[in-house]
Amino acid sequence: MAEIIDMPKLSDTMSVGTLVKWNVKEGQEVAFGDILGEVETDKATMELSCTVPGTVLKIYAAAGAQLPVGAPILAVGKKGEKAPEPSAPAAKESPKAPAAATPPIPETTGVACVPPAPAGGTAPSRPAADGTRAKVSPYARRMAEKAALNASALSGTGPGGRVVARDVAAAAAAPAAPSGPVNVSVPPPADGKGVQTDGDLAVGGMRQTIARRLLESKVTVPHFYLEVEVDAAPLMAMRESINRRLAEAEGKDALKLSVNDFILKASAEALRQVPAVNCSWAGTSIRQHGAVHLSFGVALDDGLVTPVIRDAHAKSLREIAIDAKTLIGKARAKKLTPAEMSGSTFTVTNLGMYGVSGFFGIINVPNAAILSVGATVKKPVVDAHDRIVVGQRMTLGLSGDHRVIDGAVAAQFLQALKKSLEEPTAMLI
Amino acid sequence: MAVMTYREALRAAMREELRRDENVVLMGEEVAQFNGAYKVTEGLLKEFGPKRVVDTPISEAGFIGLGIGASMLGIRPVMELMFWSFSYVAFDQIVNNAGNIRYMSGGLINCPIVIRGPANGGTNVGATHSHTPEAILASHPGIKVVCPATPYDAKGLMKAAIRDNDPVYVMENTILYNDKGEVPEDDYVVPLGVADVKRQGEDLTIVAHGRAVITSLKAAEILEAEHGVSVEVVDLRSIRPLDEETVLASVRKTHRVLLVEENKPFCGVDAQIAYLIQSRAFDELDAPIHRVSSVDAPQIYCKRLEDQQIPNPARVVAEALKVLA
Repeated sequence: MAEIIDMPKLSDTMSVGTLVKWNVKEGQEVAFGDILGEVETDKATMELSCTVPGTVLKIYAAAGAQLPVGAPILAVGKKGEKAPEPSAPAAKESPKAPAAATPPIPETTGVACVPPAPAGGTAPSRPAADGTRAKVSPYARRMAEKAALNASALSGTGPGGRVVARDVAAAAAAPAAPSGPVNVSVPPPADGKGVQTDGDLAVGGMRQTIARRLLESKVTVPHFYLEVEVDAAPLMAMRESINRRLAEAEGKDALKLSVNDFILKASAEALRQVPAVNCSWAGTSIRQHGAVHLSFGVALDDGLVTPVIRDAHAKSLREIAIDAKTLIGKARAKKLTPAEMSGSTFTVTNLGMYGVSGFFGIINVPNAAILSVGATVKKPVVDAHDRIVVGQRMTLGLSGDHRVIDGAVAAQFLQALKKSLEEPTAMLI
Repeated sequence: MAVMTYREALRAAMREELRRDENVVLMGEEVAQFNGAYKVTEGLLKEFGPKRVVDTPISEAGFIGLGIGASMLGIRPVMELMFWSFSYVAFDQIVNNAGNIRYMSGGLINCPIVIRGPANGGTNVGATHSHTPEAILASHPGIKVVCPATPYDAKGLMKAAIRDNDPVYVMENTILYNDKGEVPEDDYVVPLGVADVKRQGEDLTIVAHGRAVITSLKAAEILEAEHGVSVEVVDLRSIRPLDEETVLASVRKTHRVLLVEENKPFCGVDAQIAYLIQSRAFDELDAPIHRVSSVDAPQIYCKRLEDQQIPNPARVVAEALKVLA
């Protein structure tokens, strides 16, 4: 008896999954535990293991397809058996899932450029730039198709901003007026190509999650911001010295400590000293966290993930560095599990390697604060003897959740962090 | 061309058909000796005699049944209801027997009956005398329903109804009885199931029937004069059969639609028209379809309130401006 395997729900918040690739083909024998393929959720790329042994009868969803949880993806049964027709392919779609007609996503880039609909075709409703559905009257949509205009990009003068016929007529009558991506009045570059293709990008689960979580944080958490400048010279000197000794002792495969590793260690130490920052707003109470689980941002080509170093308060600098390296590797390979990305109590984000002098990140809810690390720059400073000398300075920004911590507590935390970074030898104990 | 009232146009239609076909008879309460409760049949007893123009007892179920039986034997009765509100006591005859006999006899028996009379509110006669049952009746397959708005249509539709071989129910309007208009004195019919564009326009289509057409034409003039809006008014004339193509052609022209009727809104004729338009012309719509109907309550006795309950030009203008937003 053939069995249909559905898109599994691989995380609490997953409503759609992208079939990144198939490891099996139709007709292939599969056993328990075989890895059938990979599925990208809103959090990670996960392996899909076989729960039904037999022969793959039918693959319903091609690699690259984005499908709601519960949608049939393949059928397994006896060799030669006829593949069952999925009873209701899209019927199991969860209410939150986007339309099943989401275009498939090519493996190479993770994003697909949806070209404008051909004239005369039926254009699906496209989301507006802010994610809400652009309101276009049916007649205006048809007019726009005929005129090869993107109706969703026009500004509507109808009720509630609806794009109506007069808006399309105005846009068609005034082709020089810049009213959207399709009608660009700026002369094109000499080669006739723009900086990129016009059109909307389909977004994957990760981008959706970033959009949802950070918007929620920015609009619901009362952020406040503190900044402190740190003398990074001792830290830089110590890092160079340690890395040199490690290289001598361990050869070319030696562990190499990054500036970020020191900042992670120093953050854990500062949280130990000012545990009020290692808390979360819990609606009607403030939840204290005994352990420090440090989250840090890892930039990817198509987004950002925040893996978590567990029990950072109890780990040595070396352990933290090894954990961070492992997690970064997994993040880049999209192999992080949801568990490896959840449960953080504090987050560190670092744009120093891009030369950004200082900034303030958006709090990674439910953390009480996020530390934003800028570049270490050489600049004139006044030393202890009131002389102007060349200094190495690093700017740290702290965004705090004012429901949980006040300015003074955040300032104490930054003080502790500054002390730890400026006298880094204590980190080695 | 003669100018005559809506009442005279109806009378002319009946007189011409009484002369043309000896099987045509008029029956109803006070149609003969009293010349009709609203004087529509005035003088016809004198001209055609008591075998052709017959007074009936005050028993709608009884005399409508009589007429249906006669029509099944080849007579073409034109039955007057003093108000269409009274049709409800003869509902079984009107809907069940007249509406189904051709179908249930496998086409062997026709029922060429006409039932006519006023179906309107607005005359301060209370909730039990003010019904507009065209939607209720038209929802039954086998029944034809027409709602003339002008003297010309009143005569042409009445003659077509009398000549039709199926039950045709003609909804008249006491407020329109004195309206005057040009009516040809010679023989003509307005075919059932053919709507009429009563006013040409570019910006908005108003679909209406019965007296709501007259209200809409007044509103269209205000919209043109005060708001510079060009309004097309489509008169359905016939509710069933329904001229879908004339409605859709106008929607394809203006792309915005307001539906006006004197029915109550719930399950009204315009609920069906709205469905038709979104189903067949969705891509032509530049705005949601709006409706102006009678306020959804039993007919109000207080005259000043009733004047507001029934669509009036001010209400139509206000709603039209919303569609045009």
